[in-house]
Amino acid sequence: MVIFLDVVVGGLIMGGIYALIAVGLSLQYGVGRVLNVSHGEFIMLGAFATWSLYTFLGISPLVSLVICGPALFIVGFLIHRTLFQYLRGKSESIGAFADSSLLASFGLLFIIQNIALIIWKADIRGYSYLDSSVSLFGSLFSANRLIALLFAVGISLAFYFFLTRSRLGKAIRAAAEDPATAQVMGVNIHLVLAICFGLGALMAGFAGVLISMMYEIQPAMGLEYTLIAIIVVVLGGLGSITGSLIGGFVLGLIGSIVTYFDAGLSLIAYYVIFIILLLIRPTGILGN
Amino acid sequence: MDGVRVLSKRFFPLGLLCLFLLLLATMPLYAQPYLVILLTTVFMYVVLTLSWAIFSGPTRYISLASAAFFGVGVYLSAILGQALPLPLVIAFGGLVSFILALFIGLLTLRLRGMYFIIFTFGVSELIRHFMLWWETNFTGTVGRFVVAVDQTAVYYVMLVIFVMTLLTAHLMRRSKFGLALRSIGEQEEAALHIGINVTHLKAITFAISAFFMGAAGAIMATRWTYIDPSIAFNPLSSFMPVLMAIFGGTGRLYGPILGAAILAFLEEVLITKFTYYYMLLFGIILIVVILFLPNGLVGLFKRR
Amino acid sequence: MRLLEGRGVTKYFGGLSAVFDVDFDINEGEIVGLIGPNGAGKTTLFNLISGAHPLTSGTTRFKGENITGLRPNQICKRGIARTFQLVKLFGNMTVLENVYLGSLFGVSRKINGSDAMRLSLELLEFVGLSAVGAIPAKELTLANQKRLEVARGLATRPELLLLDEMMAGLNPAEVAQAMELVTRIRDKGITIFMIEHVMKAIMSVCNRIMVLDHGVKIAEGTPNEVATNRKVVEVYLGE
Repeated sequence: MVIFLDVVVGGLIMGGIYALIAVGLSLQYGVGRVLNVSHGEFIMLGAFATWSLYTFLGISPLVSLVICGPALFIVGFLIHRTLFQYLRGKSESIGAFADSSLLASFGLLFIIQNIALIIWKADIRGYSYLDSSVSLFGSLFSANRLIALLFAVGISLAFYFFLTRSRLGKAIRAAAEDPATAQVMGVNIHLVLAICFGLGALMAGFAGVLISMMYEIQPAMGLEYTLIAIIVVVLGGLGSITGSLIGGFVLGLIGSIVTYFDAGLSLIAYYVIFIILLLIRPTGILGN
Repeated sequence: MDGVRVLSKRFFPLGLLCLFLLLLATMPLYAQPYLVILLTTVFMYVVLTLSWAIFSGPTRYISLASAAFFGVGVYLSAILGQALPLPLVIAFGGLVSFILALFIGLLTLRLRGMYFIIFTFGVSELIRHFMLWWETNFTGTVGRFVVAVDQTAVYYVMLVIFVMTLLTAHLMRRSKFGLALRSIGEQEEAALHIGINVTHLKAITFAISAFFMGAAGAIMATRWTYIDPSIAFNPLSSFMPVLMAIFGGTGRLYGPILGAAILAFLEEVLITKFTYYYMLLFGIILIVVILFLPNGLVGLFKRR
Repeated sequence: MRLLEGRGVTKYFGGLSAVFDVDFDINEGEIVGLIGPNGAGKTTLFNLISGAHPLTSGTTRFKGENITGLRPNQICKRGIARTFQLVKLFGNMTVLENVYLGSLFGVSRKINGSDAMRLSLELLEFVGLSAVGAIPAKELTLANQKRLEVARGLATRPELLLLDEMMAGLNPAEVAQAMELVTRIRDKGITIFMIEHVMKAIMSVCNRIMVLDHGVKIAEGTPNEVATNRKVVEVYLGE
């Protein structure tokens, strides 16, 4: 029973993070049609900014959520408004834009990662925050992990309601499904696309803050998370934000179960699932 | 008089090329050892980029599996290096990569666009993590030692691989298969309907490009002497050829070569003192190229 | 001689039947028309014949051989070529290269470069595009692009040519030229199966016409028979 709880809660914790980053990527790809391979670098920035704020200014990571998130939102928004919008205008087809935006995000990957390396050097960093143990149903968990889980789930739910209930959220979903019609109906498509990209960066930022609370971080950490986000997005169905939410938790649980048997196999399990999925059902479990 | 002019127009570039190759072939005799080592690295990047462009250039299927094929060559070199003579090791490196690529290619027939790109990257990363896991659990130590080979020999092998890759790329481009590959990149559905066996052509071309990557990996391993999964299957080996080919432009044969050569030299110059800055610079170059020079250097020269 | 035969041809996309239990025969030397309102399943039927989509059920036979389930390149090699409703040219390649590719990879494998080139140049002449051989295909006018697609299809040396709305988007003068091209192709000995919306063209050029509506064949016969068929009139007037 104890093991079961360990695995499930561990899975939910990772799942919450995965859900966040997958939703972020899904927003950027599903709506903006940009497969942002530098997504993980935004996660890394969120993590390192939190580390710096805590280590040098004593600011709690939970407060950092409110600082880093919006800051990264602005960065993402501006990047889309300038770089990707320009590319979109110049591309002769959707396919050409998909390729060139992918390559441009590669460039971003190199740029952001190396700026981070210049600022923070290549060392592994970490800090301890709320790492006292909490007893839950007979199992011991560290407080920071439980809080991270709480926030991950909370943010995911808040975002889900935002998408389904608010005007902006509905505009985003309309733009995702049919940009042309949405534009005709008065939706400022350029603004919505840039906001979506910014929201993706926001999610990445949040994830980064939460990750830094639980694990050690280093500037090259981003790529792995980007790949996991891609896997979850494919698992949940390209274009389906709800799919990414659910897919994140599913993958987190799978990872937790595999880790129980052999920690080194979790990433491999993800990739195998990914490859099988792409070959058999590329549209994902919930996709269209 | 006209005949002479026509003759010299056709043979001038060829003659220049031969002269250049002769120069490269005799380099080790009079050049500093450092230059020989530098050139070897440049050749490696050129081979990777050129072979990437053999498949991804005309078909527009961006492959991120280069690291997998390069790494296979690296590992085979480590495993077989003590048992077999160098030429066989390199041939094996190329051959196994060829077969792996054929397998992957036939497997992914239906995947296009984004799916293909992320699939190839996923395969590459899967192999890297698998080797890491395997070595951790079954071999005891992560990483292996490779039988060292004299630097001059490495240089010559790399030069030979380069010439072979160049020849293959050139012949393919001019053949009906090169034309067919371009048509696949333009309108795959139509290409299929005029009788082109798109599946086979894609798979074989993918495999051919992998062959040279594997061979290059096999010889480069002997220079590094110690390798592990993170070195052999480094994702950068997948990213760099793409970056260099885009920079140089895939429209002409010399594009990937020029792009790789320039960026490889740039890397060498900057890597010791400005390690992180050079990658930053590459990222900026990539974005600038995509924004303003979508056909790379080739596009720049064509305009003039 | 019966060239193309379809029996019980059916295609489901998800739960919807795009084509349902359609039988057809195309005989050598004919020009057969395929008409029907939008969404009737005409292009889907072509996709099933050319191998672009697999059949859900039914069979297709070409010259007596069962071609159900073959890939498009295999079907092309047996002698069926097609054009597309939305032109699928190799835009960045020259006009000549487009046709040249067709001649290199068509029915006969053993064709050498110069023969293929000769054939391509003849075909460009045949469709009237000799003057623009060196121009990138994407720079042609729509009418010329359609002609190029026909030339490319002919380059594969087919016995049956499927034309999908060749005249869509053409002005009356261009339509007349296209009709004339169709008869010239038939005179070369190539059988034609054509989808068309432009009634005038269909009526004057075709030996027989098939009518599809909602995936089902509702009529078949000579142009006169079809024009006076009550069901056909209803279907078209009801639009």
